[in-house]
Amino acid sequence: MGEVLLEVKDLKTYYPIRSGILQRVTGYVRAVDGVSFTIEDGETLGLVGESGSGKSTTGRSILRLTQPTGGEVWFQGKNLLRLDEREMRPMRRHLQIIFQDPYASLDPRMTVGQILEEPLLVHGVEDRAERRRRVQELLEVVGLGAYHMHRYAHEFSGGQRQRIGIARALALHPKLIVADEPVSALDVSIQSQVLNLMQDLQEQFQLTYLFIAHDLSVVRHISTRIGVMYLGRLVELGPSESVYDEPLHPYTQALLSAVPVPDPEAKRERIVLKGDVPSASNPPSGCAFHPRCPHAMDVCKTVRPEWKQVAPGRFVACHLHA
Amino acid sequence: MSASPATAPEKTQAQPRGRVSKSPTRLAFERFMYNKAAVVSVIVLLVIIFISIGAPLFTHLDPTHQYLTETDAPPGGVHVLGTDKNGFDLFSRDLYGGRNDLLIGFVDTLIVMGIGILLGGLAGYYGGWVDSVIMRFCDFMLNFPFLLLIIVLTSIFNSSGVWLLIGVIAIVFWPPTTRMVRGLFLNLREAEFVLAAKMAGAGPWRIMFRHMLPNIMGTIVVNATFTMANLIAAEAALAVIGFGVQPPNPSWGNVLYDALDYFTLKGEPWVWLPPAGLLTITILCINFIGDGLRDAFDPSFEK
Repeated sequence: MGEVLLEVKDLKTYYPIRSGILQRVTGYVRAVDGVSFTIEDGETLGLVGESGSGKSTTGRSILRLTQPTGGEVWFQGKNLLRLDEREMRPMRRHLQIIFQDPYASLDPRMTVGQILEEPLLVHGVEDRAERRRRVQELLEVVGLGAYHMHRYAHEFSGGQRQRIGIARALALHPKLIVADEPVSALDVSIQSQVLNLMQDLQEQFQLTYLFIAHDLSVVRHISTRIGVMYLGRLVELGPSESVYDEPLHPYTQALLSAVPVPDPEAKRERIVLKGDVPSASNPPSGCAFHPRCPHAMDVCKTVRPEWKQVAPGRFVACHLHA
Repeated sequence: MSASPATAPEKTQAQPRGRVSKSPTRLAFERFMYNKAAVVSVIVLLVIIFISIGAPLFTHLDPTHQYLTETDAPPGGVHVLGTDKNGFDLFSRDLYGGRNDLLIGFVDTLIVMGIGILLGGLAGYYGGWVDSVIMRFCDFMLNFPFLLLIIVLTSIFNSSGVWLLIGVIAIVFWPPTTRMVRGLFLNLREAEFVLAAKMAGAGPWRIMFRHMLPNIMGTIVVNATFTMANLIAAEAALAVIGFGVQPPNPSWGNVLYDALDYFTLKGEPWVWLPPAGLLTITILCINFIGDGLRDAFDPSFEK
């Protein structure tokens, strides 16, 4: 660990808002608005935030599944955002994704064997028997029997489908896997099985995860470091334990106070945030969190707080820690 | 006790593996077979196709020969359904005429769907300027007055060949199909299994034809059947105003065209009833089949 595998610099993904008959661009939804972080080899970086905070868009922008507006993503000495679609294809071998919805992410017209075979086929594994052997191996690695390969996706349960999705992501021996809320569509009883599987696979194949989730207890279970997003920006980033034990940003504090504690006797203070998440098309001035922040000061309304390191490995964007 | 162990493990092994996996297409086929109207329509349509293609089995008369000494003959004798005012044998024309109608229907459907899938697929998959160019061209073609276009084209090329007619009909009918197919591709563009294929490194053609197309094929097939019914009706409509298949080459439409006068319509129903009936039944059957296919491909339909 310690070696930087992927570096994201000032990533921005804006979606244009068009209106009128001429479809003129009248504004932008700033889904991701200047996010910078690094992912170290072998770690799991958890990315949390409410829906609409831009965490999924961040993951997809890194993989170029949505086209970012600006910034840089450095991987193996190359800026992924400068590559065209053709140059990007061989890079996809090292970067994979696990989708949230195991029902939408498997092609309903293909058997599991065909789904798992595709990455191998596309990346030039010519020998049929070899592909077949790899598919069987992949199924076994994720805890499914090899005989499942002739079945269609609709014949599996949600948990099994997610295992197939994981097997597909593993097919090309990737370095980094973006897990886009991989367990939030699953039953609670299945969630831990899939999480444990992901952890086992991480050890077995030296994987690095960017783990996107909105459930803090899930992220805590799996992450080495945690990044907290709010309205398209990172507000806090640091080693998992220290962020949980001593959250610096008021938003992180509020989020953590909402995590249920499995102890009915425990006394705790919940920080209830006022209002809703503002629209990303018209974010508040200064610190985007200031209208809901219990510690808001005058400076928060006008000046956007800088993203800075306040302790070794701990980053925060808040005027309280300036 | 001593004989059974040899077979027992095999049986337990076979249990989980023996289950037959049904592909979505197979499931759709099974649902289709439950729809009686559609199944009957398939049979009736097959009979019509058979009597058209196998016309020489039912009559030895030449549908393009004018029996000039026996014009306007009533049914009976050699001419089972009589002859028209030009001396053409009606029964053979009704049988052979189906060949042209069905040929136009099938071939034009294939052409229209082919163009539609290719252009609609490109427009829907790539979006952006590719989409704009293709769709604006579609709009342009859609807003052309269709009858006028066909009449002008047939006049310009001045040919009585059925292939010209097929070409002209295809030119008119591809835009709505392209538009529909584009919408289907557009819907799937952000589907997660498509993104997953992209992440697997699949190129645009593979994604379009291996992932997107099979998933919209149901809708396309349904649309194709309705298009075919429309195409056959279009040929009949053109024939009735004299711009369809040109005599002596027979079609159901041009047999009707020759019957379009007061005395024939009033007094000689054997001239126009059979071709009109065959046209109606054919179009009806194709529509029923389309309905059946739509139900079969609709995942919300459960038996």
